[in-house]
Amino acid sequence: MNIPYTRQTLENGLDVLIHEDHDCPIVAVNVWYHVGSKNEHPGRTGFAHLFEHLMFEGSEHHDRGYFQPLQEAGAQLNGSTNADRTNYWEVVPRNALELALWMESDRMGYLLPALSEEKFENQREVVLNERRQNYENRPYGFAGMAMMAALYPPDHPYHWMTIGAAEDIRAARLDDVRAFFRTYYRPRNASLALAGDVDTDQALALATDYFGGLEAGSDPPPVELTAIPSLAAERRLLLEDRVELPRLYLAWHSPALFSEDDAELDLVAEVLASGKTSRLYRALVYDERIATEVAVSQNSREAGGYFQIVATAAPGRTLQEVDRGIARVIDTLIAEGPTAPEMERCQAQAEANFMYRLQTVGGFGGKSDQLNAYNIFVGDPGFFERDLERYQRVTPEAMQSAAHRLLRPGARVALSVVPRGRASLALPGSESVSVS
Amino acid sequence: MPVNRAQLPPLGPDPPFRFPEIRRRTLSNGVRVWTVEHHAVPLVSFLALHPLGAAADPADRPGLAALTSDMLDEGCGDLDALELHDTLGRIGGHLDSEIGSDATLLTLSSLARFADRAAALLADMIRRPRLEQRDFDRVRDLRLNRLVQMRDMAPALADRAYTQLLYGNHPYGHLPIGSETSLRSMLLRDVTAFHSQTFSPSRLTVIASGDASHGQLADLVAAAFGGWDENTGNSGGVVDPVVLPPPPVPDDRVALVHRPDAAQSELRIGHVAAARSTPDYHALLVLNMILGGQFVSRINMNLREDKGYTYGARTSFDFRRGPGPFTLHASVQSDATADAVLEALAEIEAIRGARPPTPQELETGRAALTRGYPRNFETAEQISRAAAQLALYGLPDDYFSTFVTKVMAIGADDVTRVAQAHIDPSRLLTVIVGDRDKVGPSLPRLNLGAVTEVTTA
Repeated sequence: MNIPYTRQTLENGLDVLIHEDHDCPIVAVNVWYHVGSKNEHPGRTGFAHLFEHLMFEGSEHHDRGYFQPLQEAGAQLNGSTNADRTNYWEVVPRNALELALWMESDRMGYLLPALSEEKFENQREVVLNERRQNYENRPYGFAGMAMMAALYPPDHPYHWMTIGAAEDIRAARLDDVRAFFRTYYRPRNASLALAGDVDTDQALALATDYFGGLEAGSDPPPVELTAIPSLAAERRLLLEDRVELPRLYLAWHSPALFSEDDAELDLVAEVLASGKTSRLYRALVYDERIATEVAVSQNSREAGGYFQIVATAAPGRTLQEVDRGIARVIDTLIAEGPTAPEMERCQAQAEANFMYRLQTVGGFGGKSDQLNAYNIFVGDPGFFERDLERYQRVTPEAMQSAAHRLLRPGARVALSVVPRGRASLALPGSESVSVS
Repeated sequence: MPVNRAQLPPLGPDPPFRFPEIRRRTLSNGVRVWTVEHHAVPLVSFLALHPLGAAADPADRPGLAALTSDMLDEGCGDLDALELHDTLGRIGGHLDSEIGSDATLLTLSSLARFADRAAALLADMIRRPRLEQRDFDRVRDLRLNRLVQMRDMAPALADRAYTQLLYGNHPYGHLPIGSETSLRSMLLRDVTAFHSQTFSPSRLTVIASGDASHGQLADLVAAAFGGWDENTGNSGGVVDPVVLPPPPVPDDRVALVHRPDAAQSELRIGHVAAARSTPDYHALLVLNMILGGQFVSRINMNLREDKGYTYGARTSFDFRRGPGPFTLHASVQSDATADAVLEALAEIEAIRGARPPTPQELETGRAALTRGYPRNFETAEQISRAAAQLALYGLPDDYFSTFVTKVMAIGADDVTRVAQAHIDPSRLLTVIVGDRDKVGPSLPRLNLGAVTEVTTA
């Protein structure tokens, strides 16, 4: 299986990727800009995401809402920002491809003339409300911020979450928007993928018409990664929150996206916590019943990853019990490695997950999004097969070795999130942190 | 070719779309087998539709249907829970269990080369779950813990209070997960009895879709479900929610769930409205698109894009076998709570006649439904879920093929008429989950009567 595609780089540096799939009379239009919250600076966090909101507020030649003409054409559309990239997509009936290209190219080329203080203030309020809804008003909603702040030093761009600090969002100025657009929203810093019911030549001609004339600009400045994240000793932190059950977050630094040990740790996560037979679920939730839930993920990003285990204590059980249970399971995995049935399971699941991702042309994670991800992060839109091979090549010994080297007890952050006023429920020796 | 930026490009003719063919067969024991071919990727999906959900909970056992469905993957046939999940892992299986008021859906997808295993496992989970005491104890505890955690989740608190206020003791008056009291009182034998009384071949529809032929898919389902005794299960004790009326609307129509220091107010505004069988179904869909069913709808444009009160606001008609709720959902900043409610109520009132749909609103609302229609049928699982709606609500075979025509026939007058017929501002209940001290003083401005403070346990 693969995602066959054609790539053409326009004179202004924009990569155009086209994939034909005629099963359904729809086309996905997907644009990635290689900019995210890791391009921000302390004091101005949350800006890349706030900027993303403004991309939906109109551009010079269509200075009204971005949604109106597209929804009228039957489109579904959205955008998202993370630490490494910002993406925008529409899934349209095939007769609206040109409309979507018109709209995407207009905001790529001509956003600033339509920008106004009023739009900016309105979207600042919307984003502050998004932050309240998804973080401040949600149980355990501050845990991610506390964890990122502990894993990365203050001048490292993964120190903050993409949503940013509320005071930074309030401090953002309209001039920052202009400078950000001129720096990062350039054709040469973007990748356009079209997937679905299109003819490659016609689609390429249309994309060239609409995007070819946009000014190339210069390369954006590289992300400065002078601060090296390292954990010389275990860090124990405590966060009081409006929650009923204490929850333990454990995290280690781990390899970057697509680098050595990344796939191995993905499968370690699978063996630890995917399904009822997984080791941690079985030990903590199924057999010993000291936890109500457990989740494990290898979060690989461009400039480094983190491997995280999250487990919620069952009523009457302590985070120390949970922590000891996790340690036992990891120690055993490191000592003995995964079993043959575990390898069979996690590799079948990995294969199936790749197939599930091939089902849709658009949206988050659909084929157009994947083509852009591979193009932006490895410079090869056809990386799908090699990506799958990474998982098929993984050996039990390699997983064992990666777990041994990377999941060291002395190089982790252990964050206890406990009910307010119940600091004693945290792991012993935890230092209180405050996040808002 | 030079680009004309003076105007948006025209769309050209809408592409023709044909819903994938569904073939139907009924096994001798009564199980309905529907098949859909979908060859894009080497995956198959088997969906079992059991047309009883949380509304079938016995009155004194809210949460029983959900707990029972949760027990189905705790071992079945010759496999205990761990062996079952080991097997699911080896076939690249994704198991999804979903329970609503009217139905329970169990979906198992897998790599196509393991289709026979997937069909057999799904059948065993439904026909021969182990239902053992130690698994019951663990699963019930996990659900109780979930309920404990929901005390801190504003959306869950809002849904619970809203559902109770709207429906009271009606079968739709509780969330599928039930209550702590009810779950604590449940015994394994309740689950065993509920399973044996409700799961039956005559009720079940299995929809198989994916990378295999109609014949292969149907044969796999027949092999897996064919041996199920047709006399299994009876309708003992199950109440049809369609026949029961919801309670009258109270005089005081605003309720507050106090959440100290809440960063926002979670809102639900609505009342009991139409059933899925309403002849106004298509007109209500168009109405909802204009009012609050999409980004460019009146309520989202007002509360988010104009006022900045919220990250998003939406409305929905939850069409069920019996009359389901019409609801506005939003989470708004605390100091704008009363203003947001007043704006929302004004928009709901206006669409009943004072501000009828403009031609552009009507066009956008209809087009979003019709032109966007094909993308709902892109994956095997999407197609299965769409087909399940036909089975659950007894919709005609031509439902999908006539959808676009019926929506396009809706005019502005129809929208106004169904808004008047199905939305009654004098019956709307408002539930607010927020900080009493921050929002309380502004609530008398709503003029909805005394504020009822709801405690949820």
